[in-house]
Amino acid sequence: MKSTFWQKLDLRARQLTPFATTALLVVLGGISLPIPGYVVIAPVLSMIAVYHWAIHRPDLLPAWAVFLAGLLQDAIGGTPFGVYALVFLTVWGIVVSQRPFLAGKPFALVWLGFVLIGPGAGLEAWILVSAYHLTLVDPEAVLFQAAATVGLFPPLAAAFLSWQRRALAPTEDA
Amino acid sequence: MKERARQVHRIIQPIRSLAQRFTYLGLIGAAFGAMLLGKADLVVLDRLRAHITDVVAPIFEAISGPIAFTASAVREIQYLSNLESENDRLREDNARLIGWQAVARHLEAENEALRGMLNFKTGPESSTVSARVIADTGGAFAHSLVLNAGSNDGVRKGSPVVTGDGLVGRVLSVGARSARVLLLTDLNSRTPVLVESTGTRAILAGDNSGRLKLIHLPSGAYVAVGDRIVTSGHGGVFPPRLPAGVVVSVDEAGIRVQPFADRSRLEYVRVIDVGLEEALRLPQLPIERKAVARQ
Repeated sequence: MKSTFWQKLDLRARQLTPFATTALLVVLGGISLPIPGYVVIAPVLSMIAVYHWAIHRPDLLPAWAVFLAGLLQDAIGGTPFGVYALVFLTVWGIVVSQRPFLAGKPFALVWLGFVLIGPGAGLEAWILVSAYHLTLVDPEAVLFQAAATVGLFPPLAAAFLSWQRRALAPTEDA
Repeated sequence: MKERARQVHRIIQPIRSLAQRFTYLGLIGAAFGAMLLGKADLVVLDRLRAHITDVVAPIFEAISGPIAFTASAVREIQYLSNLESENDRLREDNARLIGWQAVARHLEAENEALRGMLNFKTGPESSTVSARVIADTGGAFAHSLVLNAGSNDGVRKGSPVVTGDGLVGRVLSVGARSARVLLLTDLNSRTPVLVESTGTRAILAGDNSGRLKLIHLPSGAYVAVGDRIVTSGHGGVFPPRLPAGVVVSVDEAGIRVQPFADRSRLEYVRVIDVGLEEALRLPQLPIERKAVARQ
């Protein structure tokens, strides 16, 4: 009896990791490295987590969790509340609807998907922030940021994959 | 039994997917709603942001500490390897600065004498709070950073933030142990300034790029590359004569200013408490003066 309780707790804790890693990347994204120019290109790390978990375990990172992660990103990043909530939900919605083309596919193909979706999300954020402030935000920095996010995808996604294989048993539909 | 479960599944599945779709659309609507609320400038959202920042501030502190330590260790090693040339440069600087010191002493004495003649009163003394930059979320959409000092340490909303180089920005929101600083380069930042050499008034505006725009100059004003831009003190938010930046280009597209404070090198800053109440009390002055006159 005791062991099943602990097993359940263990399973729950493991099942929380997709949301926990997304939230952690939101916070880590707030730390700037003392490299000249880093602040300009600071990648949106949490978007990588949203994309990855939307492909592999959308059941463990449902829409409301994505919404919360987006609000957290807005609160910490200083963007108007709702901007990243909407951007993350869009990414999640598109990825979940395209899961048949992305789930279980070679890593390079999944990355290629992110090469398309990452900058697309950057464009969406740019449009939203520009509309919010009724002025065109400097698009150059958005491009750099999208490029940095795409570039950081492989190591982070590989780490998620290895964690997923070790700690999160596949469900029937995944 | 199995057949029955399948039937139940067949009924529940469409309802579940419909509910999921509604949830998704509802959340999209909520995101738009949050943006509209933010546009209405609700204090509640401001507080929420300050609270969330307060909660994660210890994590920021724990991680940014070692990063800052590593960076300073790397800098230290670079300094050690450049010690000889650095020494030569400092000797030259020292010789030059001794000359400037003489000039400054002379000016100070002259100033003192002139002030005495005019019966000039210096402005209210301002106090400062030192704080460490624990987070700079960077990116294209908001230029703000988080400090490890909040209302508990005496930081107040609206206070100017400076480094030894010059003005950094002003405090946007304050939590108990953290504060968010709006940088001069942010889209929402407008600072009343003067062109130091001519005394021309203008507004220094950010546009989320690394450089600032000088706007609202009076017609016929002359600004040249290399002019220093300092705060004017108008509006009472910033004390006068804080160095803000230097003009780097003047053309049809506008006047561009490079801020003195380098965002990527910010580690420690000072928050100046200028006492905004002083500025707010100013309109009452004529009445007091009248009362004195009647006596």
